[in-house]
Amino acid sequence: MSEAKPLITTRNLSVHYPLRGSLFGPKPVVQAVENVSIDIIKGSFFGLVGESGSGKTTLGRALLRAAPITKGKVVYDDGEVRYDLPEIEGRELKDYRSRAQLIFQDPYAALSPRMTVRDIIAEPLEVMGLTKNRTETDERVREIAAKCRLNLEHLRRFPHAFSGGQRQRISIARALVSSPRFVVADESVAALDVSIQADVLNLLKSIQQEMGLTFLFISHDLSVVAHICDHVAVMYLGRLVETAPTRTLFSTPRHPYTRALLSAIPSLDPDDRGRAQKLEGEIPSPTNPPPGCKFQSRCPFAVDICRKQEPELEHAGDGHEVSCHRWKELMENEPLMAG
Amino acid sequence: MTRLLEVENLTLQFDTDEGRITAVDDVSFSLDAGKVLGLVGESGSGKSVTAKALMKLNAGNAIYGPKSKITLHLDGGPVDVMSLTTAAEMQVVRGGAISMIFQEPMASFAPAITIGDQMVEQLLIHTDMSAKQARELSIEMLNRVGISDASKRFRQYAFELSGGMRQRAMIAMALSTKPKLLIADEPTTALDVTIQAQVIDLMKDLVADFGMGIIFITHDLGVIAQTADHVAVMYLGRLVEQGPVREVIRTPAHPYTQGLLAALPHLDDLDAPLVPVPGDIPSPLERPSGCVFHTRCSKAIAGRCQREVPQFTRVNEGHKVACHLYTSEEVQA
Ligand SMILES: Nc1ncnc2c1ncn2[C@@H]1O[C@H](COP(=O)(O)OP(=O)(O)OP(=O)(O)O)[C@@H](O)[C@H]1O
Ligand SMILES: Nc1ncnc2c1ncn2[C@@H]1O[C@H](COP(=O)(O)OP(=O)(O)O)[C@@H](O)[C@H]1O
Ligand code: SF4
Ligand code: SF4
Ligand SMILES: [Mg+2]
Ligand SMILES: [Mg+2]
Repeated sequence: MSEAKPLITTRNLSVHYPLRGSLFGPKPVVQAVENVSIDIIKGSFFGLVGESGSGKTTLGRALLRAAPITKGKVVYDDGEVRYDLPEIEGRELKDYRSRAQLIFQDPYAALSPRMTVRDIIAEPLEVMGLTKNRTETDERVREIAAKCRLNLEHLRRFPHAFSGGQRQRISIARALVSSPRFVVADESVAALDVSIQADVLNLLKSIQQEMGLTFLFISHDLSVVAHICDHVAVMYLGRLVETAPTRTLFSTPRHPYTRALLSAIPSLDPDDRGRAQKLEGEIPSPTNPPPGCKFQSRCPFAVDICRKQEPELEHAGDGHEVSCHRWKELMENEPLMAG
Repeated sequence: MTRLLEVENLTLQFDTDEGRITAVDDVSFSLDAGKVLGLVGESGSGKSVTAKALMKLNAGNAIYGPKSKITLHLDGGPVDVMSLTTAAEMQVVRGGAISMIFQEPMASFAPAITIGDQMVEQLLIHTDMSAKQARELSIEMLNRVGISDASKRFRQYAFELSGGMRQRAMIAMALSTKPKLLIADEPTTALDVTIQAQVIDLMKDLVADFGMGIIFITHDLGVIAQTADHVAVMYLGRLVEQGPVREVIRTPAHPYTQGLLAALPHLDDLDAPLVPVPGDIPSPLERPSGCVFHTRCSKAIAGRCQREVPQFTRVNEGHKVACHLYTSEEVQA
């Protein structure tokens, strides 16, 4: 990475959704994303992991201006334009929408069955009015389709005739046709078989390098994230609990939640059974989060302060940040973690 | 070891608008009580259809091959599943001796009935328990699968539970009839890794406690490595490799099994490239001749693999592969 400049910077970003509730007192809200501060470096593959309901999709959507930004700063700066994302509207917002794109989670649900593949891929260009005429549109569609290994014959057909991997390549082509700088890939390989998954991941990586794109890659699958991302952020109940360069995160995770997540990955070694550090219970409901550290109800290391005070993100090394009252102490007592 | 299940020459076709498709082609395997058989393969390879065949649950357009034979060894003697026809006969296997857990737990709970009523009703149908006994057992099973507050959950509806809890409740229901055979079709695919680890643990405890046999269907080889004793790998309706879990995962013999492992991201080597199996799985309407894998196999032997169907060959004790690269001693499947 030659230029370590962030494309997206967030400071204390929060997304709250109103809840139907009492008529009196403060209106209750769901804190879907709370106080998240991250830097997504230009040209990087930034991974976002965490259990279902932890706020990954909501954060991704907020960065695309598709979820309401309740509080905080979000700056997008690609060298050509600089936007304060919560502020922009009208022409600027329209311009931002061509620079930031989403690849859908489910390639089966996302593609309209009545449109040809050519029309599906061309639609963003037409909706955003990015091309002058049909010839130019066709040229752009063919170019991006070729990058996604779809040929002219494919473009004439309807999506139902395609396999899961091919449909995912169509979704990718559609997301990339407007030449975005920033792409959010939300569980883009979750529904795919391992072989197709490998193919799609390789494709994403090569296109990212070729086009100099910046990716926010949302996934449940930590081994996939480990392979494709440069940097990873771990979320729990709307909060960022740890963020680090991929290798650091996987070799020296500091947050008890990150450690539990990593040890829950089923090992391919049949003799490795039962070594997982078990995490009891489930992620609490975001409508009723516990006080203090949000992880305290499941954390084997929780002490008094954890139940009273929410920890803040602390510097834990190069590009490594962790939000836990006890991370230093736990690091000094490594055997404690294993036990 | 007591034999629990034998599947011999299972062939299953479906009549569709586009023609007759072969979903399962001459599949044979067996399972002992107290053991876990992992069934792996890409989507569409025929895993679910095979599992449903064990309970004759496939759709009306299913046609079983004449040589198909499924034998279930129960306390009262062997049961020939293929010959069961009347509803009364089917009761033996559906919900009694065999239970099935589905990928989407919502599908197995009726939305308008509480979890508890559903569990009790099922027990009243399949056992001769009294309503009180059924209620007690159901609550005990919910406790057993780690659902806290079981008597409160008992009165709730499926949609009121989180995904992990729903999955546990479904396991509790599937186990309350004390089945001899549990079929779990992708039971953890929709779950978070932390909950998946809990469910895997639970299933392992249950094998130990109840001594049932489990057929565990998944496309996740990590999950297989953590749960199964034996593995069977399926491709386009055919079994291509079978053997003890350690051998199949450490020294896979079939080019397809090798391909699946090479495509998987390994956490101990982040720099290793992910190598996909080339090409797509063919449509079941266009099944390749000879070895069904030959259209994607980099080791295919010209002139032979596209013509001759490979039979199972023994590569080691209990480990066999159906591939022409290993043709020395052919064994009976
Ligand atoms: N439009 C909305 N209105 C109210 N609550 C919402 C809305 N969108 C999301 N939420 C809530 O915000 C929280 C975070 O949801 P989000 O979809 O971001 O999770 P996620 O991490 O992407 O989960 P998954 O892994 O299941 O996709 C959840 O509790 C969810 O129910
Ligand atoms: N009722 C049916 N009618 C026609 N084809 C079917 C039916 N059920 C399953 N199939 C086909 O049988 C094949 C195997 O399906 P399945 O067992 O569900 O695969 P897996 O569980 O391995 O993903 C697929 O090609 C599927 O489309
Ligand atoms: S702050 Fe306390 S409860 Fe939270 S993760 Fe750290 S030790 Fe556990
Ligand atoms: S039989 Fe031939 S085509 Fe089939 S897996 Fe073996 S080498 Fe490949
Ligand atoms: Mg999501
Ligand atoms: Mg299936």
